[in-house]
Amino acid sequence: MTAAVISASSPLALRLRDALAVTVLGGLLALPFIGLVTVEEGGALTVRTRWGAWGATLAALFFGRLLLRAALDAWRSRRPARKRAVFSSGDAVLRRAAGTSLLAAALLLPVFFADNRYVIDTATTLGIYVMLGWGLNVVVGLAGLLDLGYVAFYAVGAYTYALLSTQFGWSFWEALPAAGALAALFGILLGYPVLRLRGDYLAIVTLGFGEIIRIVLLNWTSFSGGPNGIGGIPRPSFFGLAFARSAEGRTFHEFFGLEFSPMHRFIFLYYLIVVLALLTHALISRLRVLPTGRAWEALREDEIACKALGLNTTTVKLSAFATGAMLAGFAGVFFAARQGFISPESFTFSESATILAIVVLGGMGSQLGVVLAAAVLVVLPELGRQFADYRMLVFGAAMVTIMAVKPTGLLARREPTVRLNPERSAAP
Amino acid sequence: MTPLLTVDRLVMRFGGITAIDGLSLQVPRGAITAVIGPNGAGKTTLFNCLTGFYRPSAGRILLHEDDGSERDLTRLKGHRIAREARIVRTFQNIRLFGGMTVLENLLVAQHHALAQASRFALAGLLHTPGYRRAEREALEFARRWLAELGLTAVADTPAGALPYGTQRRVEIARALCARPRLLCLDEPAAGLNPRESAELNVLLTALRDEHGLTLLFIEHDMSVVMNVSDHVVVMNFGRKIAEGPPEAMRRDPEVIRAYLGEEDEEAADA
Ligand SMILES: Nc1ncnc2c1ncn2[C@@H]1O[C@H](COP(=O)(O)OP(=O)(O)OP(=O)(O)O)[C@@H](O)[C@H]1O
Ligand SMILES: [Mg+2]
Repeated sequence: MTAAVISASSPLALRLRDALAVTVLGGLLALPFIGLVTVEEGGALTVRTRWGAWGATLAALFFGRLLLRAALDAWRSRRPARKRAVFSSGDAVLRRAAGTSLLAAALLLPVFFADNRYVIDTATTLGIYVMLGWGLNVVVGLAGLLDLGYVAFYAVGAYTYALLSTQFGWSFWEALPAAGALAALFGILLGYPVLRLRGDYLAIVTLGFGEIIRIVLLNWTSFSGGPNGIGGIPRPSFFGLAFARSAEGRTFHEFFGLEFSPMHRFIFLYYLIVVLALLTHALISRLRVLPTGRAWEALREDEIACKALGLNTTTVKLSAFATGAMLAGFAGVFFAARQGFISPESFTFSESATILAIVVLGGMGSQLGVVLAAAVLVVLPELGRQFADYRMLVFGAAMVTIMAVKPTGLLARREPTVRLNPERSAAP
Repeated sequence: MTPLLTVDRLVMRFGGITAIDGLSLQVPRGAITAVIGPNGAGKTTLFNCLTGFYRPSAGRILLHEDDGSERDLTRLKGHRIAREARIVRTFQNIRLFGGMTVLENLLVAQHHALAQASRFALAGLLHTPGYRRAEREALEFARRWLAELGLTAVADTPAGALPYGTQRRVEIARALCARPRLLCLDEPAAGLNPRESAELNVLLTALRDEHGLTLLFIEHDMSVVMNVSDHVVVMNFGRKIAEGPPEAMRRDPEVIRAYLGEEDEEAADA
């Protein structure tokens, strides 16, 4: 082997490459957050650049990542060597770097936009779609079951919380597991009749199911309030501390000795969805490498082979439907709590289509892809607001372009759930 | 010795077509049985009945357990045949989980044991020692078969990206990971080059002699049939037309007629 090859894969070179990747990605993300600021000039908002601050961020990212990596490696090398490659491939380095910087950006966002309600709100919406995308990804991306009625489970979650809280005084945290379980039950109920269906037929039946739920909610006025929806849904509290100027119990700002600001609640909601999304992510990542997840993927690849190997495809399908539905139920609870008001209008087919578009655009089965696609689908229409009438046109054109350039989605490469030879795959 | 499997007057109809027409045969224990016959004879249909993909129109398929009891497979639901009767098959047109790696394919074959250890994914999510042990054992088992079939080097490659001959081997390795008692191979030599075909001969004999497996395989490649099988069943039009040791089948006039057609009988005799 030549010296160049050795040095290219030496720890230092790998660390530098890793830090560089983080810096590039972080820099891109930091550009709108830190590099640009809006200032008021003569009553109008204008955008100013802050290259100095941006440059400092880049440097901090680069050296911070380098130090962190070195510390992590040192910590790892002290523990008994596990058969696990630290750097499995250049691609994985990039993925991990992208994931880390996205996470950092998500956690730091409110620090930079503490008083910008619009940004926090948009980011919260993005969080909901990321969570929904990840949930649907279980059904469509992993298990390969085309589901066009996913929004039904989102509605089940939202209405469960709305009804339990307004009728029976349940709190957000009490209703969350109940709504998840109920949505999962609906997932199984839908799953049973469609067990034998695949592809287009499955899509049509699930589409119908989504519409049935919406139409029932629209017409069963005594139960769901019909088209008027349900209002006055309580907002989640911070471990019992309300976000209000004054309330019966102690309020959030009193407890922490802060000046009251309506932004506290929005930032809290934002962090809440970030936490829910992270839990979702952790759950799916773990399930994927368990027998359950591998069975989902095997089902997507070849159902007949699954049967020949003794897999009960009924259980496999129902578990995928139930898991996806449960996650949508959680997202629904959050949605209801955030809006304070829900009506069937929020759960139309176009919502299902958007979520499906996020999954397909992101690259089926890819979790990072879902985040990118959700960002494209949520932020793009927002940016397009200036174009008013042309908004949907721009949006559609962007989607078509992406699908034409990358038909398999933004990130379609699949990471194996287990490797026999981790060392070998590190070699170029 | 009692046979492992008895097929008793099996009939399989599809609308007007009778693909299997009163077929009876026995699969001897610990031996290699070949099923041969012209295209459309009903060989794959027989496999589909054995492995629970089709529910036969009539007849019985009896599995003789080691304790002398017997079990009618036509009553067992599809996936339970692989799991409980431990009859596992491969397919005429390879059916791998193409996007998943070879190793993952082999782990899916061990799904049942792993899923039980993961207890509805709970033990798996919590990463309990019990689940970790099951996972380690499954990996070790897969590693052994990978080595035995010369697939270690491609273990982390997506199965769909492998050459045809290798895919056939992966499919056999995957079936073996499901711990079969009876392994059914549908045309395992189809599409193999002479070297791969010779390797297959070695593998099949090793599975019988070293692992004590019973094998049933469909094959058109006569060199494989003659070299490895202990017993040959010849089918035509859904019926068994002859049965016996391979050398005898080569000379059987019924068999020659089925393969060459009526007119060529004299030519074959010559
Ligand atoms: N699902 C089905 N529906 C209708 N007809 C079928 C079905 N499966 C098989 N057949 C028919 O049954 C007959 C036997 O088919 P089979 O696939 O068992 O043949 P084979 O012996 O495996 O042939 P080959 O050597 O070409 O693989 C054929 O006439 C086929 O068309
Ligand atoms: Mg066939």
